[in-house]
Amino acid sequence: MALLEVKDLHISFKTNAGEVHAVRGVNFELNKGETLAIVGESGSGKSVATRAIMGILASNGYVKHGEILVEGKDITKFSKTELEDMRGGEIAMIFQDPMTSLNPTMKIGKQIMEGIIKHQKVSKEEAKVKAIELLTLVGITDPELRFEQYPHQFSGGMRQRIVIAIALGCNPKVLIADEPTTALDVTIQAQILELMKDIQKKTGVGVIFITHDLGVVANVADRVAVMYAGRLVEIGTSNEVFYNSQHPYTWGLLASMPSMDAEGELFSIPGTPPNLLFPPKGDAFAPRNQWALQLDFEQQPPMFQVSSTHFAATWLLHPAAPKVQPPAIVVRLRESFSSEGGVLD
Amino acid sequence: MAKEKLVEVKNLKQHFKVGGGRVVKAVDDVSFDIYKGEVFGLVGESGSGKSTTGRSIIRLYDITGGEVKFDGQVISGKIKGDLKRTLTREIQMIFQDPYACLNPRMKVVDIIAEGLDIHKLAKNKQERLEKVYKILEIVGLTPDHANRFPHEFSGGQRQRIGIARALITQPKFIIADEPISALDVSIQAQVVNLMQKLQKEFGLTYLFIAHDLSMVKYISDRVGVMYHGKLVELADADELYAHPLHPYTKSLLSAIPEPDPIYERNRQRIPYTADVHDYSQEGPEWVEIRPGHFIRANKAELVAYEKQLADKK
Repeated sequence: MALLEVKDLHISFKTNAGEVHAVRGVNFELNKGETLAIVGESGSGKSVATRAIMGILASNGYVKHGEILVEGKDITKFSKTELEDMRGGEIAMIFQDPMTSLNPTMKIGKQIMEGIIKHQKVSKEEAKVKAIELLTLVGITDPELRFEQYPHQFSGGMRQRIVIAIALGCNPKVLIADEPTTALDVTIQAQILELMKDIQKKTGVGVIFITHDLGVVANVADRVAVMYAGRLVEIGTSNEVFYNSQHPYTWGLLASMPSMDAEGELFSIPGTPPNLLFPPKGDAFAPRNQWALQLDFEQQPPMFQVSSTHFAATWLLHPAAPKVQPPAIVVRLRESFSSEGGVLD
Repeated sequence: MAKEKLVEVKNLKQHFKVGGGRVVKAVDDVSFDIYKGEVFGLVGESGSGKSTTGRSIIRLYDITGGEVKFDGQVISGKIKGDLKRTLTREIQMIFQDPYACLNPRMKVVDIIAEGLDIHKLAKNKQERLEKVYKILEIVGLTPDHANRFPHEFSGGQRQRIGIARALITQPKFIIADEPISALDVSIQAQVVNLMQKLQKEFGLTYLFIAHDLSMVKYISDRVGVMYHGKLVELADADELYAHPLHPYTKSLLSAIPEPDPIYERNRQRIPYTADVHDYSQEGPEWVEIRPGHFIRANKAELVAYEKQLADKK
């Protein structure tokens, strides 16, 4: 059984202007020891979907339809107390800005112990031993000394390590990381990514990694889900999504990143995402999509199967659709992959 | 054709007193030139002094030491009021956060026209409006955006408003401090393409400050690398990325995530600490190791770097 299963999830927000359809029918699952990256731009619903998994939607947001199964149990039906027990226990989350996730007036040791004491019902002494182990695990030197310090005495990268230690406090089965390295420098980012992979190897935690940086995705992800306007447009293994992408939005994302040898004008996706107060009828990406077919504007494409693990929602995959030429970078990625004898898994 | 210098930064120092008699040397003895019509990229981690350098050039801070020249004139320290006014017109800045840099209570038309009003560049209301409409179209917005407020725009559109505001006074030099870091990938490309288009059309010169190294390489002609307030290496973008010499530059380049899973699985990150330099016997200097390629090194290191360059050939 998958650790986490999201089935036909719909999330809406009540606003003065009307109902905002932030997530519109999302399906995915997460297995033990696996990292699933969710990619998409602001407003694509990637953060909203994962906040629903944590049960921390804003007060005007609600799960309209669908199920979120954590080891088979549907948490959308959970009471407030059941959710509180699960949060921090079975599922933990780390956020983008480590400074705002930490309490500036509390010693970091105490902050790590808090969750352990609440969820594991252990004594203070035992919690302290565990907290110091965690500090060592996340690569903080002199843990006994650092235990007594406040967040402002740590650098940004070190703070994010502490946030990770807090998240790991109760041996969660699922760790949701919402842009955990976006606020960090590249060199520190690389260290944190290495740390997260190392911890995953040691603990087998399943990770949902939200980011808009495809370089980071390539580094951490086993599987990649691409979201646009509240829906999944493509999902597959990391190799499948990078080397054999099918959805024009994925193409656009790949092509708009400058590679180290890029020349000429960058490919850019024209326009802006749709207003989800009034979700479009067909493929939401169609108005920004130079390869859009007439059908894309009229009818929502289903998830076409590319392989047993790879799916994409674009009418271009319909057998009757015309063959189109993807941007050069996508072709290059495909070719370089197959020329090196790569096999899609 | 000899390249003409637009900005000359000589031994720039920007020290901040932080209380308790301590001093933070945010920028410490930094020298470089920016040529007319080029994009000069400045990279480094947070706290390296790259933003402070930009802000010191545009006189947001009073510099502690050194000198900045613009178009041959000294513009740092005490200068005449006339020159100050010229500078606020000719040097403009684009900021990182498109949400924070626009006054939420002003209409777009007034935000953009502020430069015109201050410098009295529009003869009458009609001309003022026409100029704003024209610039809106240049940056990819439409005249009917003029009467809206900033909150009605997306991040990418706000950044376009920020660019329009910078361009309205017809500046020669634009300091862009992390102009795309807060934007989504798909929007980043739109803004970078726009900046390049404008550069060609108006013959602009940019100082492009960023920590996204792949974007810096893409847009810049030359790139300077800063570490702890000091410039450690400076070269043509291609040269720097192909033949990095300073261990910090190498470390920085090795940390860039590339959108390529196979490459990422095999990537070896090169760590850097300042301990690798032994400056106990002889301190480092700012040296031109080959034409246009500068590095901060002492004599012993120079010998080693020379050898690296020779080996590569």
